[in-house]
Amino acid sequence: MSSLLDTKFEKGGVVISKVEDLLNWARLSSMWPMGFGLACCAIEMMMTNASGYDLERFGIFPRSSPRQSDVMIVAGTVTFKMADRVKRLYEQMPEPRYVISMGSCANCGGPYWEHGYHILKGVDRIVPVDVYVPGCPPRPEALIGGLMKIQELIREEKFGGKREDAIKRLAAKAAPAEEVITAEHPFNANTAGATVNKQEAVEAAETV
Amino acid sequence: MDAKTAKPLTADEIAAIIREEFGDVIGNAEPTVGIGTIPVTDNSVWQPLAYFLREDDRLKFDFLASLSGVDYNDGTFGVVYHLQSLATHKHKIAFRLKCPKENPVIPTVMDIWKAANWHEREAFDLYGIKFDGHPDLRRILCPEDWEGYPLRKDYKVQETYHGVKVPY
Repeated sequence: MSSLLDTKFEKGGVVISKVEDLLNWARLSSMWPMGFGLACCAIEMMMTNASGYDLERFGIFPRSSPRQSDVMIVAGTVTFKMADRVKRLYEQMPEPRYVISMGSCANCGGPYWEHGYHILKGVDRIVPVDVYVPGCPPRPEALIGGLMKIQELIREEKFGGKREDAIKRLAAKAAPAEEVITAEHPFNANTAGATVNKQEAVEAAETV
Repeated sequence: MDAKTAKPLTADEIAAIIREEFGDVIGNAEPTVGIGTIPVTDNSVWQPLAYFLREDDRLKFDFLASLSGVDYNDGTFGVVYHLQSLATHKHKIAFRLKCPKENPVIPTVMDIWKAANWHEREAFDLYGIKFDGHPDLRRILCPEDWEGYPLRKDYKVQETYHGVKVPY
């Protein structure tokens, strides 16, 4: 069986595409994140990089220098002592650059939101965040989901265009939530099945 | 002293030895879970007393396991030292010193147990307790330009740090 590329190139070897699309494809297929982690989220990030989830199949592998990085994954709790360093690393990254806020601590302070005097309550207070990945810590699937959101964003970008316009084009493609989570969806608590089960449970309790 | 001559002491026995040597500088040993606590009432003898605790053949407290700051919320701060005799007697004891909140000064034991160095810096960082004689008393956990001492009971967090809002 021949591969996808073989079938595309077997007659003549010519592919016609827009330069813009080609460039976007190249960029989204080689997103290099900064190799640093701040807390337990970093363990999940390392797991995502390792052979089990194998981020390298997306062309993603961590770099040791901010000057070679495209994506910053803020994986963990950001203290005020660290916040100055995170901001400086972000400033050292070449544009275009993207930021993923991974986990509850980086999103909003997490469990330290009220009494954590030394915790930055959300990394978006110091750097602009493109994707928030919820979880404490998020599973590798969730982080991969966040990275694929960045890929979708890059796919929408144009030469000289603004990031905001790309986000708007991406948002226009999104399906509304009520179409995705329907009444028959197993996660919907108000499904008919759940009601029947509840009624059955009440009847069973009465007979006892 | 080898293991055959080693003799683990109780908190009361340790207190009696100290009274015999230094006079009435300590209160009665308080029974705490698994380990006694001896309150030291005269802070000025703390350095010679600590040296005695380490060197005396009956005591031989060679290991400072922990040094903690306390805010008793009644105008006094405290420092609690957990000591062990690891090599010889295998006994444990805790000592407690108090100081007023207005002038929180405690003599350092950094010269006697090296482990006290960073522990005292931590107590200074979080409670503002000054350890007299410490060679390098600066903040160890918080940033150097942090305002206030976070574990004091009356601590109010600052509004901004380097232009970033601190509260949620």
